[in-house]
Amino acid sequence: MLRQFARGELDAFEALFRRHQSEVYRSIVAIVRDPALAEDLTVETFWRIHRAHAHFDPARSFEAWARRIATNAALDYLKSASHSFTKNTRARDTPDPLEDLPQPPLPDPAITQEIRTRTAQAFHQLPPKLQVAATLALIEEQPYKEIAATLGISAGAVKLRVFRALRLLRTKLKQQGIEP
Amino acid sequence: MNASEQERIAKLLKQSLPQVTDDGAQLGRDLWPVMLQRLRQPPEPAPWLNQVWFDWALLAALAVWLAFFPAAIPVLLYHL
Repeated sequence: MLRQFARGELDAFEALFRRHQSEVYRSIVAIVRDPALAEDLTVETFWRIHRAHAHFDPARSFEAWARRIATNAALDYLKSASHSFTKNTRARDTPDPLEDLPQPPLPDPAITQEIRTRTAQAFHQLPPKLQVAATLALIEEQPYKEIAATLGISAGAVKLRVFRALRLLRTKLKQQGIEP
Repeated sequence: MNASEQERIAKLLKQSLPQVTDDGAQLGRDLWPVMLQRLRQPPEPAPWLNQVWFDWALLAALAVWLAFFPAAIPVLLYHL
């Protein structure tokens, strides 16, 4: 089937799509944390996969290839979102475009809504690559090895990105008067 | 930054970012019809083609002009 897909046969692509759409969706929703957006990005991922069929080597793992493309699609989204987020917050000076998003269940009462909003804002101002590594490592609690395979970098580089994300976040929070 | 500080920031982050519920973590519908629709859309022209059409038009005009007036080539080279 992989050879047929690499030759550009639509039936093979459909079979691969149906087999892997859930897995690709899960890997995207873990990063963007929005089911509707994750559906759009799943279609975008398979659109990229379809366009790149001629470059696919049937001897290699389709799952790993698809996961890598999915992560890149999510990363591209974060880059554009981060850009518009920064522009919007600077232009309108309104602090809460994240307020509409679902809030975590059973929040720690010591952490106020304002602190959560400011933390989320500070996090979304980090470079997208750091956001992805930190989300997968700290929120999803995925092993570094797994994240490394998804991002196509070494486990050491993942650790470094997570550390840099935490350090930058701490600086941004302190600037806002929040002592983590 | 020490380990306990890292843990505190990680905890704060978990409390602050939207959680993906069990329902949201699973794909709720088959996306193939959407994919098929996307595949059937005519391909969009490359954005760079739209942005640089004027450059290409200018280059074509220059080529035509030089074809009709080859004596202008040294003058053009002198001014470049």
